[in-house]
Amino acid sequence: MSRPLSQEFTKGFSKTNPVFVLLLGLCPTLAVTTTVSNAVGMAVAATFVLVGSNVIISLARDIIPPKVRIPCFIVVIATFVTIVELVMQAYAPPLYKSLGIFVPLIVVNCIILGRAEAFASKNSVGASTLDGLGMGVGFAWALLLLATVREVLGNGTFLGYQLVPGFRPALIMILPPGAFLSLGLMLGWINWRRMRRERRHAGRRTILDIRTRTGVGRAALRTDDGEIGR
Amino acid sequence: MNVGDAFAILISTIFVYNFVLSRFLGLCPYMGVSKDTSSAIGMGMAVIFVMTLASAVTWPVYRFLLAPSTANVWYRIFGGEPGSYDLTRVLRTISFILVIASLVQFVELFIRKVSPGLYRALGIYIALITTNCAVLGVAVLNIDMFFKNAEPVPGSYLKAILQGFGAGIGFTLAMVLMSAIRERLELADVPEPLKGMPIALIVAGLMSMAFLGFAGLI
Repeated sequence: MSRPLSQEFTKGFSKTNPVFVLLLGLCPTLAVTTTVSNAVGMAVAATFVLVGSNVIISLARDIIPPKVRIPCFIVVIATFVTIVELVMQAYAPPLYKSLGIFVPLIVVNCIILGRAEAFASKNSVGASTLDGLGMGVGFAWALLLLATVREVLGNGTFLGYQLVPGFRPALIMILPPGAFLSLGLMLGWINWRRMRRERRHAGRRTILDIRTRTGVGRAALRTDDGEIGR
Repeated sequence: MNVGDAFAILISTIFVYNFVLSRFLGLCPYMGVSKDTSSAIGMGMAVIFVMTLASAVTWPVYRFLLAPSTANVWYRIFGGEPGSYDLTRVLRTISFILVIASLVQFVELFIRKVSPGLYRALGIYIALITTNCAVLGVAVLNIDMFFKNAEPVPGSYLKAILQGFGAGIGFTLAMVLMSAIRERLELADVPEPLKGMPIALIVAGLMSMAFLGFAGLI
């Protein structure tokens, strides 16, 4: 791997964000984002499992026979999920209750199995740890964004505190349809921004192309850079 | 369990608490395989089959191996207090996912041997099901709903199987409806940034809104 280690960490934030770009782990993303506190709980739990399983799988990557690697990964992941379940039951029973069935279901969260298969089984422990952390942070901010939108619009609160007195929340946002709608619109917004950026880059390239081809003064090109690049 | 109970379970799993649209389980295949109707039907059939079997298999695993009751096999063998054999917390997730994964493998082998035609139609979908959270979800929900203090409620086993079957039907229903809409969406004039996944999610949102209409039916 010639890429710098810091990139293994930061790539999960936006370039290969598990939720917004890879579209993995949709079930917990939509199900637990009714409140911000649920989203934080799920993000922390999933990040812990992600980092833990990445480390173990990367350490054992030479021992695991390729043919039975998926069952091996699942057992490792399930072990960490059980740890999370027990810790949550002991120290945060209300959170465990409100996340409900989605705590054991972290096992089948495709982000975790996906990282185990695509990254941890091929890379060193250090890189896998950073990859797990980065993906966890990417998952966390996606959950937080979605949960903030849904809790503020659907319940008028943030982390349980009333924001604007007298605001009448749209209940639909914390019901299942609100989850689908807000994620759909968010993805649309991200696509729109990406397309606008690409269009601008394309526009900039054609201007430079035309100028160099037609031989309009090189000096002008340099002074105009700021204007073109805007 | 009488016919009324059975009917109530079916209606609630298919419509009121539809696994995809109101419980958010199995969204990955729902979004991934719903691009055309024939693959949606294939996936749906495979899911109905595996979910029913998974319910039928995980119930005894919980009842006889994990739950702290007098029916617990370890209690029968080693004696002592039934309460001291509570393996639910430690082993529930691991044992369920392993049972489901091996079940899926077994089903795949069996279908390949018995009916190559069916295997060609369903094969790839069956392999995908291991990581379908709806299957593990229905197994966990079954023991949450049909056990009280580690003892089964009356008709528990049949109810669990029926819930697995109904959940599969509900999944298939949502999936086939979605694929039909997406086939038509291919021809529609959707704004460029919303093409593909975003519009599919918005459609799912509208469908889920429609399914909200079933709330209060049970």
